[in-house]
Amino acid sequence: MVLGTVYGMFMLFLVVVGLLFLSTAPESLGRTVSVVGGAILVLGWTFLPLLSSGIDETVDPARLATFPIPINTLLLALAVSGVLGVPGIITTLAALATSLVWWQTPLIAIVALLCAAIGALTSVVGSRMLAALTVRISSGRRAREAKTVLVLIPLLLLGPAVLALSTLFRELRTVLPIIADVVAWTPFGAIWAVPGDLALGRPGAAALHALIGIGTLIAATAVWRWALDRALERPATSTSHSSAQRGLGWFAVFSGTPTGAVAARALTYWARDPRYAQSLISVPLVPAIVFFYSGASGDLSGLLFVGPIVAVLLGMSIYTDVSYDNTAFSLHLQSGVSGRADRWGRVIAVSVFAVPTTIILTVASVWVSDSWERLAGMLGISLGLFITGLALSSLVSGRFAFAVPAPGDNPFKSRPGGGFTLMLSMFASWTALALLALPEMVLAIIGFATFNQSLGWVSLAVALVLGSTLLIIGVRWGGKLLDDNGPEMLVQLQRQK
Amino acid sequence: MPENPTLVPALEISGLTKRFGEKLAVNAVDLTVPRGSFFGLVGPNGAGKTTTLSMATGLLRPDAGTVSVHGLDVWSNLVKAKRRIGVLSDGVRLFDRLTGLQLVTYAGLLSGMDRAVVAERAADLLELFDLDAVSGTLVVDYSAGMTKKIALACALIHAPQLLVLDEPFESVDPVSGANIRDILHGFVESGGTVIVSSHAMDLVQRMCDHVAVIADGRVLASGTTDEVRGSSTLEDRFVELVGGRRHGKGPEWLRIS
Repeated sequence: MVLGTVYGMFMLFLVVVGLLFLSTAPESLGRTVSVVGGAILVLGWTFLPLLSSGIDETVDPARLATFPIPINTLLLALAVSGVLGVPGIITTLAALATSLVWWQTPLIAIVALLCAAIGALTSVVGSRMLAALTVRISSGRRAREAKTVLVLIPLLLLGPAVLALSTLFRELRTVLPIIADVVAWTPFGAIWAVPGDLALGRPGAAALHALIGIGTLIAATAVWRWALDRALERPATSTSHSSAQRGLGWFAVFSGTPTGAVAARALTYWARDPRYAQSLISVPLVPAIVFFYSGASGDLSGLLFVGPIVAVLLGMSIYTDVSYDNTAFSLHLQSGVSGRADRWGRVIAVSVFAVPTTIILTVASVWVSDSWERLAGMLGISLGLFITGLALSSLVSGRFAFAVPAPGDNPFKSRPGGGFTLMLSMFASWTALALLALPEMVLAIIGFATFNQSLGWVSLAVALVLGSTLLIIGVRWGGKLLDDNGPEMLVQLQRQK
Repeated sequence: MPENPTLVPALEISGLTKRFGEKLAVNAVDLTVPRGSFFGLVGPNGAGKTTTLSMATGLLRPDAGTVSVHGLDVWSNLVKAKRRIGVLSDGVRLFDRLTGLQLVTYAGLLSGMDRAVVAERAADLLELFDLDAVSGTLVVDYSAGMTKKIALACALIHAPQLLVLDEPFESVDPVSGANIRDILHGFVESGGTVIVSSHAMDLVQRMCDHVAVIADGRVLASGTTDEVRGSSTLEDRFVELVGGRRHGKGPEWLRIS
């Protein structure tokens, strides 16, 4: 909270300085910036709480339902509490600061102050409105989990967005005013356009924009009041039995052996448990980031790193698999399943999607960077790292439990104390991974340097043979450790609980 | 069959000891659970019930002592012994992102059973516990009572000879509780052995034919329920054995009028 306040103050300072600076720029620029900035403010306030788990849960309508407060009093109280919260104060101050742009013409500055107040209020009311509207769907486990997955969507879109933005930035000077003109006619941006309209000598447009802005605030308040009333009258109850699933799912697909069962269970969790999404983010994120850093300079060969990086991340993704099981792992212990079957099952589950993903990304990066002569070597490096990563994680997760978010917790939550041990052992394991996969990497790189394609194929062969050997050793060794130390593992897991 | 002395006991514990740091959680416990008995393990909170049962079922390594199930030493034949035991642990999670049917199937397949047998038994068990209507619902969305029942189904799927249930009736509604008791009685009548730990003395007295009182990691009394309770109720006998009962009605200000 303190950190948030400091950060907010810092942002406010930047905004004020920026706006003061703008006051010396042409009026049209001031108008463009305040319209776009204001619209982002209103949009952010309204929709961001949907994605995070709610900025302010103390005023969740579901919790207020038990108190006998008249609806209008409640409405006012919630609005005031929204404005007076730390984000509210900073938003309001930032909004009011937009009048600084017009300080040279005091009359417009006063209008700007009024408009800013309306805009800030609209932001707060917008967030409250959506909270009241979604109270029914946003309670319950399923919705919470959907939210954490929704957070990933912007990340998924990051790749294309980076591409679009980089072209856009070059033309921003011409594009931004057009955006501002369009946004000025939407409920989010209208009110922020009023002072600029006046400064540019367009009182008609100013009046219309003001009308839209005030109308938006009134409409949002009305909708909020209605939704709040409804939410209070019929408090949300958790809905169970909402989605029943017939049949056995993956259990019908994999073989009816302990190994197959573990694989089916693990793959079901990859799909259903948001914590596993953390590992899956890397698949779209790595290409996006690598592209951002290397593609911007026009040299696409940096993209060749995408395959190996994703391979390492996916190979090491089952590093904390047993820790994710938490004490549910006791079922494995009770049923006397062999450590080897446990290890193989988890390896198979991740391989089902990770092997095609690694191959596709590697081939795609070779294709995009137009370096087909490196295909075999790149496949050797990527697959070698992936299989060796599986071997290492199978070994390590057979003996050690790490502090990870418990089942049902927010996947982005960090557990106190455990993060450091996890990072330390991860670092050690990554070093070991680099050493174990050295043969195929060296072969491939020599092949690249000497333009010798056959070395690439040798690298691929070494990766597959050496990797598989290491995997078998890792699984057997890890399985043996698990067989011998199963009860101690459960004690470790119980401590995490 | 139940009282035949020539049979090897279903569970025989001797000298079982476990120390957590400074605290001696289980102190040289000896316990004999006859085959075909419905055995109640009662004791106050922190008495060492869960620790004892965890060690008896191969989930927690003892510091000293031996455990044998039907004559088979548990800690030197872990897998073989576990196949004979069905366990319901208290306070451990389930793989609750699976549906009820998937979870029971998973438990069966992990025990190395054939898929066809697992499918048949899973269907039987879900019906037995009145869970067939929610077999496709994720276990995380189950109520507390349904969760206990699905965990019990997981403990039963490999047809164990010995059932070890830690607090099986906690947070279970009376109807489900009665149904579970019927199932357990049926299991005992067919020759199986059941061990339950519980706080509810009344329930144990009515349900169990054998009982052991455990406190501070020691067995204070053990035998048939009638032997242990003598002429009083099990609850009175328990309080007498364990001690710690306060006499008096609390401070003056707590009394209205």
